Amino acid sequence: MVLKKDEYKKICELLKRNPNLTELGIFSAMWNEHCSYKSSKKHLKKLNTKGKKVIQGPGENAGVIDIGDDDAIVFKIESHNHPSFIEPYQGAATGVGGILRDVFTMGARPIANLNSIHFGSPSNKKTKSLLRGVVQGIGGYGNCIGVPTIAGQTSFDESYNGNILVNAMTLGLVKKDRIFYSKAAGLNKPVIYVGSKTGRDGIHGASMASAKFDDKIEEKKPTVQVGDPFTEKLLLEACLELMRDDSIIAIQDMGAAGLTSSSVEMASKGKLGIELHLDKVPCREENMSPYEIMLSESQERMLIVLENGKEKKAKEIFDKWNLDFSVIGKTTNSKNIELYFEKNKVANIPIDLLSEEAPEYDRKWKKSKLPQKIKFTKKDFKNLKIIDVLKKILASPNVCSKEWIWEQYDHTVMGDTIQKPGGDAGVVRVHGSEKAIAATVDSSASYCYAHPLSGGKQIVCETWRNLICVGAEPIAITNCLNFGNPEKPENMGEFVECVEGLNEASKYLNFPVVSGNVSFYNETKDKGIKPTPTIGGVGLIKNYKDMITMDLKEIGNIILVVGKTEGHLDQSIFAKEVLNEKKGPPPEINLFNEKNNGETILKLIKDKLIRSAHDVSLGGIMTGIAKMCIKGKKGINFYKYKGLIDKFEFFFSEDQGRYIIEVKKENIDKVKKILDKNSNHYDLIGEIIEGNISINDEPTLSVDKLADYNKDWLNKFMVN
Amino acid sequence: MKSSVIIFPGSNCDRDMDVALKKFGFKNKMVWHNDNVIPKSDLVVLPGGFSYGDYLRCGSIAAKSNIINSVIEFANKGGLVIGICNGFQILIETGLVTGALLRNKYLKFICKNIFVKANKTHNKYFNKIKKDILELHIAHNDGNYFCSQDDLKSMQDNDQIAVRYCDSNGEISENSNPNGSIQNIAGVF
Repeated sequence: MVLKKDEYKKICELLKRNPNLTELGIFSAMWNEHCSYKSSKKHLKKLNTKGKKVIQGPGENAGVIDIGDDDAIVFKIESHNHPSFIEPYQGAATGVGGILRDVFTMGARPIANLNSIHFGSPSNKKTKSLLRGVVQGIGGYGNCIGVPTIAGQTSFDESYNGNILVNAMTLGLVKKDRIFYSKAAGLNKPVIYVGSKTGRDGIHGASMASAKFDDKIEEKKPTVQVGDPFTEKLLLEACLELMRDDSIIAIQDMGAAGLTSSSVEMASKGKLGIELHLDKVPCREENMSPYEIMLSESQERMLIVLENGKEKKAKEIFDKWNLDFSVIGKTTNSKNIELYFEKNKVANIPIDLLSEEAPEYDRKWKKSKLPQKIKFTKKDFKNLKIIDVLKKILASPNVCSKEWIWEQYDHTVMGDTIQKPGGDAGVVRVHGSEKAIAATVDSSASYCYAHPLSGGKQIVCETWRNLICVGAEPIAITNCLNFGNPEKPENMGEFVECVEGLNEASKYLNFPVVSGNVSFYNETKDKGIKPTPTIGGVGLIKNYKDMITMDLKEIGNIILVVGKTEGHLDQSIFAKEVLNEKKGPPPEINLFNEKNNGETILKLIKDKLIRSAHDVSLGGIMTGIAKMCIKGKKGINFYKYKGLIDKFEFFFSEDQGRYIIEVKKENIDKVKKILDKNSNHYDLIGEIIEGNISINDEPTLSVDKLADYNKDWLNKFMVN
Repeated sequence: MKSSVIIFPGSNCDRDMDVALKKFGFKNKMVWHNDNVIPKSDLVVLPGGFSYGDYLRCGSIAAKSNIINSVIEFANKGGLVIGICNGFQILIETGLVTGALLRNKYLKFICKNIFVKANKTHNKYFNKIKKDILELHIAHNDGNYFCSQDDLKSMQDNDQIAVRYCDSNGEISENSNPNGSIQNIAGVF
C-alpha cells in the first residue's frame, strides 16, 4: 500500500478508530493518486470544460459531445503506463479494454480506438521487446473485440527508457437520450455484479500506478491485470442489450481499484450508502478474502444499480451471453459503505471520507524559464544538402513511417473507416448517415520539456490542426497527462504549466476538455520522463464526401504553405538530428494566427478549393511535403527559393500554425483572394510533377526511393 | 433471395454482412449460434470476427456449436455457404473445406489492402465479375492456407481454386503473397 504516515493518521482521526485490513485497503485504493487526483485536482479545476456542444464534461466515465441529429460521441483517453512496462502485452491490452469499457458503460457502441505510445531510445535493449509486446497487446484486444484502431502516435526518447507510456483512447456513438451515467439514485435498489469472475489479478494495480519504479519491478507482475477481449465483447453486447430499456439506474465499470471504486463512486455521486455481500461476488479462485475481492482489478466486470423488479430480465440477458450475474447488495440511506462476508460485517466506512475527505495537496511547484534562443548561422548549414537532410529526417525514429505498427491493428472492421492510420487524423463514418467523425492523438514531449507552457499550448493547436486537415470541424478534446513525480517541484511545475498552456489554447480555440486522466510517478530510480501531456481531439465532418486526405492528387496542381515561416529551428528535428543541438525554446504559439489560419483552411475545404492538405509539424515544410509526395506517389518541382531567411530555416523550421495545401491551377487566384481577405500569410512553394522531388540546383530524387527511406527504419529495427 | 448470417459470440463482421446482403437485394436473417435450425435460405454466410474468442484454434469451437450441424446439412444438400475470414476458418474446422490455416508467415496480424486474381471467370460464381484483378482487404493473424499436394492437385483439377494473391498487375509471386499461403491461394470453392 502506498499510504503515507500522515495519511494513515488522518484516517484514524476521521474514523475515530483504527481501520481493519480491508478498510485500510479501501482507503489506500481510494486515496491514491490514480483515484483521488490529490496532487492534480487543484489545477484541473481550472480547465475549460464547457461549450455549446458539451453534453458531459469530466467527472463521468467519459466525456460526451453533441454531433447533431440526436447523435452524440462519447470519448476519453486513459493511460496504462506502469502495467505496460512490467508486462507489455497484458498491460497494453487491458489499457484498451479499460477505455472501451469506460465508453460502453455510458451506453455508446465503440466505433474507433486510437493510441499514443512512447518508448525509450532505440538503442536501449528493452525498447524492441516492449514495442513488440505493446503493439501485439493493443492489436490483440482491439482486433478481437472488433473495434477499428484508426490513428495513433509513436515516439522514442531516452527519457522513457525506464517508463514507457501507453495511452489508449476510444470513441463511441450513442443517441443523446440513451446516455447512461454512474450516479446511483433511490433506496433499496439492487446492486448487480456482471461480467467475468473476480480473481487475484491486479490487486492494488491502481496503487502500483501511483508509485515510482525501483529495482524490484519484477515483483510487481502480479499487480498487472490479464485481459480477455472475448469476454469484453460479450459484456459489450449484453450491456447494450440491457440498455435498450430503462432497467438501469446507474452503471460503472470496475476499472482501477475494482469493486471498491465502482461502488464508492456510484454511491457517492448519488449521496447514498451501499451495502455489499462479498460472498455473493463470483470468484475465480478459492478462499478469496474480502480484502482481495474489494481490491482485485480483474477485467471485464461491471457494477449496475438496477430498478426493482428488473433482475429476472437482466439475468436472462447475461445468461444468454454466458456471463456471470449476481445481485450482491443494495443501495441504502446510511451514507456508508458496509461490507458483509460470511455473515460478519467486515467494513463500515462513511463514503464521504473516501471521496470528499480524500487528501488534496497544493504541491510546491517551480516555474520554468524560457530557454535562450540558439543563434544558428550560415556556418552551421555549410556542407549540407537539402536532399540529404530530408533523407536523414525521413528515416529518423520519430518521423519514419509507422506502418509496421498499424498494419497489425485492424483499422477497417465495422466497415466505416474512411481514413486509415498514417494521415493527419483517422475518420469513421457515423453508420448509416452522411456524417463522419475525425479523431487524432498528439503529444510533443520535447517541446513541453523545453518550456511546459508553450508545449502545452502547442499540442492543443496541433490536435486542432490535424482535425482541420481532414476537413473536420474541431469540437472537443480529452487529455492524458503523463508526468514524473509530483512531489518534486520541477515535475510538479511541468504539470502545472503544461495544464496552464493547454487550457489557454483550449479556451482560445473554443476546444473544451471533456474527459481525461492523470498519470504521475512515471519515474524510475529517481529519473522521471519528459512531461508528456497527450491530447486526443475529435471533430465532425458533416458530409463524409467533403473529407480530404494528405496524399497529393494531381500533376500540375500548385502547392502553397499557409501561415508564416519565421525559421524557428530550436527543438526541431533538424536541430536535434542533423545539427545535434538539443537546447533552445520550442516554437512560439500565436493563438490568433492559429485560429485564423485554421478557420480559413476549413472554409477553403468546404468550398472544395483544396485537393489535399497536411499540417507542418516535425521536420518542417520539406518533411511535410515529402510525406504528401510519398502518400500520393507523386513528385514536386520546387520554385526557386527567394526568401529572407536561410533556405534550411525555411524548409526545416517548425513554426506553428501552418498548413501545406494543394490547389488546382484554375483555382489559385480564388484561393489567394480568400487568403488575402482573411489576412492569412502564404507562400507559393512548387508544382506537382511525376515521381521525383526536384529542388532547384540539387540532384533530383525519386519519390519511390524516399518512400523506402521513410519505411525501412522501423521494419529493419523490428526484424533485426 | 433469402440469406442467413450466423452470429457466433465474438463475431464482429455480422453487421457488415447484413448491410452488404441487403444492398444486393437479399432478404437477410440473423441467426443465433445456439439455435438448432437455419431458416429457409438460398445462402448461408459465416461472418468474420473472433468466434468464441478464437480460443484453442481459430474457428474450432464454432465448428462444434449448436447451429453448425444444420449448416453442414444445408451444405451437403447442395446449399450455398460462404465463409469469410473467421467464417472461412470455421468452414475449414468443420471439414466442409479442405486444408488448414497456419499462422501468417511473418507471425504478425496483417491488416491491409491486397490484390487477388480470380482464377476462372467463366464459372457460375464469377461470370458476372467485370475485372479479374480485384483489390480487397485482409485482416487476419492465421490466414496462411495449407493443404496436402494430393488435395491441391484435386482442387486444381476440379477448378476449385477461386482467387489467388497477386500484385496490382495480376502477377502472382512470392512478393505478392502476404501470409505465406500455398500457391498464393486466397479463396477456394
